[in-house]
Amino acid sequence: MRRALLAGLLGVAAIGAQAAEPARPSPLKEGSDFQSADVRALQADDFANPMALWVARGETLWGEARNGRSCSGCHGRAEASMKGVAARYPRWDAGLGRVVSLPERINACVERQQDAPRLAAESDDLLGIEAYVARQSRGIPLAVSIDGPAHPAWEAGRALYFTRIGQLNLACTQCHDRSWGRTLLGETVSQGHPTGWPAYRLEWQRAGSLERRLRACFNGVRAAMPPYGSPDLVALELYLAWRAQGLPLESPAVRR
Amino acid sequence: MARDVAMKRRAFLAAGAAAIVARPLAADAQEVHDIRPIVDAITGGAAAEEGGIEIGLPALAENGNSIPFTVKVASPMNETDHVAAIHVIAERNPRPVVAVFHLGPWSGRAEIATRIRLAGTQKVTVVAALTGNRFRIARKEVHVTAGACLDEGSL
Amino acid sequence: MSMLGRLQVPPAVRRGDVFEVRVIVQHPMETGFRRDMNGREIPLNIVDRLACTYGGREVFRVEPGSGISANPYFVFPVVASASGEVAVEWRDDRGATGRVTAMVNVVES
Repeated sequence: MRRALLAGLLGVAAIGAQAAEPARPSPLKEGSDFQSADVRALQADDFANPMALWVARGETLWGEARNGRSCSGCHGRAEASMKGVAARYPRWDAGLGRVVSLPERINACVERQQDAPRLAAESDDLLGIEAYVARQSRGIPLAVSIDGPAHPAWEAGRALYFTRIGQLNLACTQCHDRSWGRTLLGETVSQGHPTGWPAYRLEWQRAGSLERRLRACFNGVRAAMPPYGSPDLVALELYLAWRAQGLPLESPAVRR
Repeated sequence: MARDVAMKRRAFLAAGAAAIVARPLAADAQEVHDIRPIVDAITGGAAAEEGGIEIGLPALAENGNSIPFTVKVASPMNETDHVAAIHVIAERNPRPVVAVFHLGPWSGRAEIATRIRLAGTQKVTVVAALTGNRFRIARKEVHVTAGACLDEGSL
Repeated sequence: MSMLGRLQVPPAVRRGDVFEVRVIVQHPMETGFRRDMNGREIPLNIVDRLACTYGGREVFRVEPGSGISANPYFVFPVVASASGEVAVEWRDDRGATGRVTAMVNVVES
């Protein structure tokens, strides 16, 4: 009886060890650490940072009514009500019954509260509101919850993070845990932290979401890009946000 | 052993194929234009004096889409002696004339800053048009690298 | 929403001093060389004229080409004369226009 109990406990301990939290890079370095001096300077310049254009658009949209309701009507001044909000996304949304990213949550409000059609993915309006909301959390450490109903998404994101994909047969961990700081095709590999989104990517010549950036990663290893709204992408976003916890938000950032 | 070699070769080919696809526009894929006709059109055939222009460009630009660019021309910027126009020419761009800036004595200084696109490593030429039908010219070389995980602008 | 732009001037300047005007315009500056996901060329569409007036008089003008980056950004100097409005107007090759203004307060030195 005691032997069976001991074997059972050891078994549980073994499973516990396998499911232990994966190591995070050390020291943790945010995305801007891996950008050039010019990109960092551009990000820090509140006027020249092109994201300021989207933040300005978001600020205007915040006060605009759709079907008689504006964001400000419920949320008041974003500087107060949205402070810290972006740092907690992705998160479990009870109303939608799934983990959602910030732009997805914004669209849920547009649909449910404003009774208006969803804002299209990567549209200037959606990126504008997202940039404006994220701006209110600049400097605040990422702190997502992976407890309770959010946990399966975290596990799915973690599994994807460690899975080899694409023609190049690479998993995220191989570049962003093992090779960060080294160069690939003339670029310095980052640790893959989602601290700056939405961001202005010089490559895109416009603002874009983290979802778009992750799709580009899939393309980079020559894997099929998951579609916008894919549960794979939001699960990965949740895992990445957990992995980056404690790093302050830099949104909205500039990236090469 | 043979299997190891085969696997290494496959990885190498895949990496090579990816590198080719990931860099659709190599740094010297675009041809260099002869910009003398453009400069001659600005000066009306007159000779341009070398120097007197400070061109601010990084020696190495990470992304050709957005490169910080400044021009400073030494000039008193008074009524009779000032820079009237600054022409920017990029010899390897498909449209070499990048922009023309118009200043005057009301500017106080002959300086501008902007961000430009460069289609690969090349020389950027600046021609300043001064009062009295005078011209100055200067050049600066920039190396332009492309990024790794290109999504080719796709959404 | 009309073409968005932002303008920055110092709040106060001394008469005779040179101050910097900074302007940024939201515009894709489409070169005409890019292709969409279906391989079709995205047509040329650029801001081809931007000018600044100060107290009603033109003090700066630029004719950008497709070699100016997306979301064009310009910084240029102006001599402070009298307090007044700095206005920047621009147009693109399809006739879309935009305008931003800011007040400059000129104090005696």
